[in-house]
Parts: sequence; structure tokens; C-alpha cells
Amino acid sequence: MAQSDETKKKVVVRVCIGTGGLAAGGKEVIEAFKKAISDFCVDIELDFTCHYQKVGCRGFCARDVLVDVVDGDTSVTYQGIKPDIAKRIVQEHLINGQPVKEWLIDDSYYSFHSKQMKVLLKDCGTIDPEDIQAYSKVGGYTGIRKILSTMTPEDVIAEIKASGIRGRGGAGFPTGVKWEACRKAQGDVKYIVCNADEGDPGAFMDRSIIEGNPHSVIEGMMIAAYAIGAGLGYVYIRAEYPAAVERLKLAIAQAHETGHLGKGLFGSDFSFDLRIKLGAGAFVCGEETALIASIEGERGMPRAKPPFPVHRGLWGRPTVINNVETLSNIPYIIRNGASWYSSIGTDKSKGTKVFALTGKIRNTGLIEVPMGIRLGEIIYDIGGGIIGDKKFKAVQLGGPSGGCIPDHLLDTPVTYEDIVRTGAIVGSGGMVVLDETDCMVNIAKFFLEFTQAESCGKCVPCRIGTKRLLEILDRITRGLGKEGDIELLEALCSDIKVASLCGLGQTAPNPVLSTLKYFRHEYEAHIKDKKCPAKACKDLLIYSILEDICKGCGVCKRACPAGAISGDKKKPHKINADLCIRCGACFDVCKFNSVNRE
Amino acid sequence: MIKLMIDGKTLSVPDGTTVLDAARRFHINIPTLCHHPKLTPFGGCRLCLVEIKGIPRPVTSCTTPAAEGMEVTTTSPNLESLRKTVLELILSDHPNDCMICERAGDCTLQELAYFYGIRKNRFSGERRTYSKRDGNPFIERDMEKCILCGRCVKVCDEVEGVAAIDFAYRGFKSKICPPYEKDLNCEFCGQCVAVCPTGALTGKAWKQRGRQKDVREVDTTCAYCGCGCSLTLHVQGNEVIRVTSREDTLNEGWLCVKGRFGYNFINSPERLKKPLIRKDGKLEEASWETALDYVAGRLKDVRDKYGPNAIAGLSSARCTNEENYLFQKFIRGVIGTNNVDHCARY
Repeated sequence: MAQSDETKKKVVVRVCIGTGGLAAGGKEVIEAFKKAISDFCVDIELDFTCHYQKVGCRGFCARDVLVDVVDGDTSVTYQGIKPDIAKRIVQEHLINGQPVKEWLIDDSYYSFHSKQMKVLLKDCGTIDPEDIQAYSKVGGYTGIRKILSTMTPEDVIAEIKASGIRGRGGAGFPTGVKWEACRKAQGDVKYIVCNADEGDPGAFMDRSIIEGNPHSVIEGMMIAAYAIGAGLGYVYIRAEYPAAVERLKLAIAQAHETGHLGKGLFGSDFSFDLRIKLGAGAFVCGEETALIASIEGERGMPRAKPPFPVHRGLWGRPTVINNVETLSNIPYIIRNGASWYSSIGTDKSKGTKVFALTGKIRNTGLIEVPMGIRLGEIIYDIGGGIIGDKKFKAVQLGGPSGGCIPDHLLDTPVTYEDIVRTGAIVGSGGMVVLDETDCMVNIAKFFLEFTQAESCGKCVPCRIGTKRLLEILDRITRGLGKEGDIELLEALCSDIKVASLCGLGQTAPNPVLSTLKYFRHEYEAHIKDKKCPAKACKDLLIYSILEDICKGCGVCKRACPAGAISGDKKKPHKINADLCIRCGACFDVCKFNSVNRE
Repeated sequence: MIKLMIDGKTLSVPDGTTVLDAARRFHINIPTLCHHPKLTPFGGCRLCLVEIKGIPRPVTSCTTPAAEGMEVTTTSPNLESLRKTVLELILSDHPNDCMICERAGDCTLQELAYFYGIRKNRFSGERRTYSKRDGNPFIERDMEKCILCGRCVKVCDEVEGVAAIDFAYRGFKSKICPPYEKDLNCEFCGQCVAVCPTGALTGKAWKQRGRQKDVREVDTTCAYCGCGCSLTLHVQGNEVIRVTSREDTLNEGWLCVKGRFGYNFINSPERLKKPLIRKDGKLEEASWETALDYVAGRLKDVRDKYGPNAIAGLSSARCTNEENYLFQKFIRGVIGTNNVDHCARY
């Protein structure tokens, strides 16, 4: 007799549907599993029921799509799963009980996690972000319940201050101090704003948190609202994060339905509601005064501070603006206590920090580490070192406001103070690893291209100054650098830093200054010798064929798109420098390494 | 009142005064380009940076409120070097065609470049170029000379309440333009022209009619309406080539399109200077006495023959209240009819 579904054992297939997971085909993988199961159901009766769980970013984006098969107490993780592999996993693992070895996660997954400490990301990747119950089951919304029944707003602020948490958006301002200033500010109405306008190139911490655990951000905002005396909150989120926006909308709708948002929450007289404001893709709107202008319907341009938003913010009212990661930390601090939080990290930099690890590193992905971990540990232990065994050159922290940290400073602990001392900043958490083939002048140029284009245009040093910086960098990379350019760069950088209106301009020269500090010789090589030591600047490369090695096979000749290579078969070929467009096609195709690039 | 120290001088200013206003009140000069006393502070040009004891970095004096006990330094080698850099940067993206610019001699940017002695510029590179000329009839918009101080945007929004122009695009490509970059199609009050510190905004009719140094300024009252705004006619030879208004007048320097741009009639050959009376189908010049007698006689004839209600009076918004009052009194009391109205009702 057929077993009823209720009595059958449950098997859970957990699939990552963060943006990385989605891009790698997460949704298709779930569909493939469903189809495979229903196909098998036609012929045989299965002794289990299969449940599907969509989860947020698991961090190990390099091996997406990640799939967990949870059967009772045992959980098996697969990596790099495509829809066509689903059928095999269903047949061999789910039905026959033999995990498919060749797709099992390898050791790097474990070393990737070895030195991490997951607080925020613990639930991100295990719970269904589209289900409020999933968050409640892991302790969600107990923080807000706890404070509403047992703590005054002042108690909450004291707790947050005691925890030592500092703003995760980049500046590292103590969160409790900000809340206290807003609490004390005069105003009939106050606001809490969540800054989810994450715009640094290569950064995706905030997106992953919202995609993977949106309710933690909502609960953090509620606690902040209670502490400062706000009844309404805004999430300012960039429209380029469609999955995050959808999940946040769903989370807010579910919170409304289940009485987690609205009037008189949890039997108290505390009311809180939440609105979403979509950003239109301006990096500068991550600057808090520009963000306020944008919510108010104005062009996103910063204004001079003071007055600070805690005194005059949104609609002229006292406003606290906190970053996603900061707010997401709050429920955990309230749940576990300030002393638990302050036990993590160093003396002045508490807690954990989420980083988006990208660039020339083996294990790219999202990581969470305790403050105070050394940069080298992140790069070699968690990141698994450089791809292709190339030489490490630098790690870029803090995006366009940050700087590059070279090899000899990899012992630097990741704390606000220590990183600033190197000339970079912790920033919001973008960490781009560079190897020996990256030209540092070119890296500085890349970031300047970004800030220059994203300057709001209001103040002269940022609008025209960054443009001139970029032009100088551009001519250096094209071999047109002049004697005195380095000094001019330094002078202009220092003036832009001092004279610019907002944080964007004040930090825009950092990528130039930090590369000049540690890689001045690369600038000099470009200007004086007209050489790019990393062989990355196309205009400075000269391609030639080493006649004694060339076999005259003609492969390079066929590959050259400019018709610059000539030569008879089986005789050494030649490159006509006037026609050569320095694309490197000949260099890449030659099997005998007879193409010389310098 | 607040007491603060600027460049070693102790000053006393009312609460809410900015550091810039406090300094200017006591004739301490701080250079500015984007600041306008009647508009909200912008803080964009960065020329008015000052050092304040206890604040680690220079701040813009136009946006910083004066506070009790503040110690401000408005000039130092460091500040002057920053200001010079800012000016060099602006000039590196400017046509620098002062030789043929309408505003030469009346341009804040030119003044500052002179004051800071910027002959050689450390910076050069791409300049913004705009090929399209704005087709509107009144305002010449030479946007290559625009320094994006935002004064025109603010005056249009804060004073006129029109908001016909705003910032568009980002970074070096930022520009000020009407919606969708169409030709300016506003009420053409020209307040934007009045507040522009460079030659970016000028009157189309001003072109090559004379530079500021050559004009004689004649103060008068606008005759276009009962408001009676103060005008300053810029006269070269015997011709009005431009109209502006002083800030210390009743209208605070603001004008409308008529007052600012409607001065062509003054030197028009078609302008009526004497009354004309039509005789045998032809208009002939007459003295005011003859003309008034003629009008009075005809009004009397009509009233006697057809009664007062055969006459109606229509008055003008160009008249003052007093004139309009007298006119209705004349129609009602002298002619004897209530048939009186005013063009502003239509």
C-alpha cells in the first residue's frame, strides 16, 4: 500500500537565488529538480517528499549554483550545478542514496569558511528570504519585542553605544552616538533612513544582505526608529538591484500582513511603517545629504554640513541615515547583548565586517570576518590566493574613495584605524585583489573615470579637478606623460581633498595618492621610460618577433586583425610597427613564444 | 547678537548671519562666484573657504552660520592657494575670450582672474563645447562660459517660482538647461541674466552694442505698469543699449521681461511722440492742447446727443492706482455712466 505523503521523510533541496545564484541559473536549477522528481514519480513511488528552499547569497559565488541536499541530519553541498545535472543528483543521491561525487563541493569551500565569522550572513543562505516565518524561526523580531517590553529608547541607545558598533557605510561613525544626537534633537517628526545605495565598483555586501535576509534590515530599522523616536522609515535602494527590491517589497508586505509593521506593534503603542525609494543610479546619492535631496524629489546634490541630518535631515526633520549592514547588525546586538558584540573585534573596531572579495583571487565571493583579521589571512586563507599563481601586487579597499595596499602591508589588521594608516579605508567593504599584470596607474585611472563621471557637478574641485586628474593619468598611460606630472597630480589631489564639498570629492584622489605612495616607480616608468612595468598599457607596448625562435608557421599572420605581420612560410615573420594596433593577438596565439612584448 | 572674531577683528552680528555676511558687513572681502545675497547659499564655487579655529578643514563661509566665539581666518597662504587652484580649474574649462565677450569689464570671473594674477594655468584639457545656439528671442545662452554657479537656477526657482532651468547630467558633462534641452521657453524675465556672474547669460539685443565701461547709467522708473520698478538705463551716446535695475531699490533689482527687454520702442522710428488727429482719413500731427480739446469736444457731443450710457471707458494696467482711480471718477462723475472697465480684467 502506498505510503501517505505525511509519513514520508522530508528531503530539502536548498538552492542559492542571490543575484549570483540567479545569474548562474538558480531558478532553472530548482525547476530542473522539480521536473526530475515528477518524471521519476511516473515510474516509481518515491519514499520521500522533496521540498525546495530558496536561499540568499551563500558567499561562495565563484562556485554558483550551490545546492544543498538536506536529508535528516546530513547535509551535502554541491557546487557549479547546472539544470542538466539535477536529474543525476535526483537519481543517484535522492533515490539511490549515493551523493554524486564529481559535483560535491571541494576543500576550498571549507578553507573559504575557515577564518570567517558569520553573524549577519549566518542566516543569509540558510533561510528563505521570501518567507517572514523563516526569519522568525531563527529568532527574528525577538529583538524588537524585547526592547518594546523591557527597554526605554535611552536604554537601547546605551546598549548600542556599549556595543561599539560603527557605521558600515564607510565613514565608521559610532552608530550609538548618531542615534543619541537624533534622539536629543528638537523635532515633532523624525525619520530613519536605510542607505542601500551601494555603488562602489565591485561591492555587493548590502545587496546580498537584503536579498538574503531582508527582515533583519527591517527589524534593525524598527529598533533604530524606537530609539530615536521615528515613526516612518525609508529604504533608499538603487533600482539596479531588482531582486533586492522585490524581496524587500515582499518582506514589507509580509510584515504588514503579520502585524510586524503598522500601528501599535506587538501590543505596545509603538508604530512604525516603511517606504521604499528607488535610486536612479547616481553614485553620489549614497552621500547622505544628496540621498535626502533625492528622496525629497530634488536632484541628488550634496549640501554643506552642518547642519547634520540628525538635526536637519529629510523634509528638514531630524533623521538618522544608516547603512544596510549597520542596521542588519542591530537585531543581533539587541538579541545577544552589547558585551557579546564588543567581544568580537579589536579595541576600537568591534564586530564583524562583510567584504565583497573580487578581482584576481581564486575564491571570489561574499565573506564576513571578525574585525582585526589580517589582510593576508583574507587573501590567502579565505581567498585561496591569486588565480593562475601570478604574483600578488595589491589589494584595493574602499572603492573609489579608498586606496591600494601593497604586499609588504598584508599584515595590517582590518580595523578602521589601521587601514586608514595605509592610505586606504575600510569603506563599505569592496575588496579588489590585483596581481602583477595590473598596472597601478591604470587602476587609479579606472577609479578616477568612475568618480569623475559620478561627480554631481556642484563644486568646482570635484567637477573639473577630477576631470583634470583623469586627463593627466590618461596621458601618462598613453606614454604622453611629462616631467612634473607626478608633482602636478600630487598638488591637485591635495587641493581637491581639502576644497571639495562632499565625501565624494574629498576622497576621490585617494586611489591616485595611495598608488603614488606605494607604486611611484610605476608612474615614473610610464613618464620617463615610456614603459608600463605591468605590460597593461597598450599604447606603451612594442610587439616584435624573435627571428631565431620564429618557425614561420603563419598563425600570427592569420590572427593579426591589422595585417601588420608579413613573412614567407617557414621563414621568420616580421611585425610592421606602423600598422600594429597592439592588440596582442599574435602574442596570444604563438605556440613558440616567439612574439616579444615589452 | 553674536560676537565672533574675523581676521583678528571682533565683530558683533545678529543671530543667523553667515560668516560671509558677517565679514562683508565689516568690509572684509571674501571672494565668491556662486553666492548671491538674495538667494539661498549654494557652496559650490569653493572660493569663500575660510579657516575656523577648531574645525579641521576649511569650510565655506557662505554656508556656515556665525557662532559665538568663532575665530575665523579669511586669508592665508593655504586658502589663497586653494582659491587659485579653483580659479585655474574654472579657467581651464572656459573660452577665455574676454576680448570679444559682452561682459568684459563687468565679469566676476575676469575680476578674480585679474586679482589672482592668473596668466599661466597649470591645468588644461578638454573644454565643454556646445554647438547649438538657443533660439529664444531674448536671452543669449553661451553655455561654454557657464561656471555652473547655479545662481540662474536659484533665482528662477526661489524668486520667480518658475523653475524653467535646472542642472542636468553629471560630472564634467553637467550643464544647466531647460527640460529636455529644448530652447528656453519661459516668461523671459531675464532674472537669470541679471544674476549671472560671467558672460554665459546676456541679452540677445546687447550684442556688440557697447561695453559697460562706455555706458552712462541713467536711473528712471519703468512705465510699463503701476508697479513702478526702478530701472537703470545703460546709455551709450543717445541710445539705450541695456536695462538693469539696482538691488537697493523698491523692486530689489528684479524686473520682468517688459522692463528688462522691452526698450526697443525708445529709439524706434515708429514711436509716437506727438498726438495725431485723423483729418479726411489721414493722421496729422497736433499739439496736446488741440488733441485734448478735440477729444473733450467729441465726448461732449456724444453724451449730449445719445446720453452718457453711449460712452464707455477702458483703462490700462500701465497706469498707477491713482490714475485709474481718477479715470473712473471722470467716467462716473463727469461723463455720468458706470460703463468703466480695465484691461487687466480680460
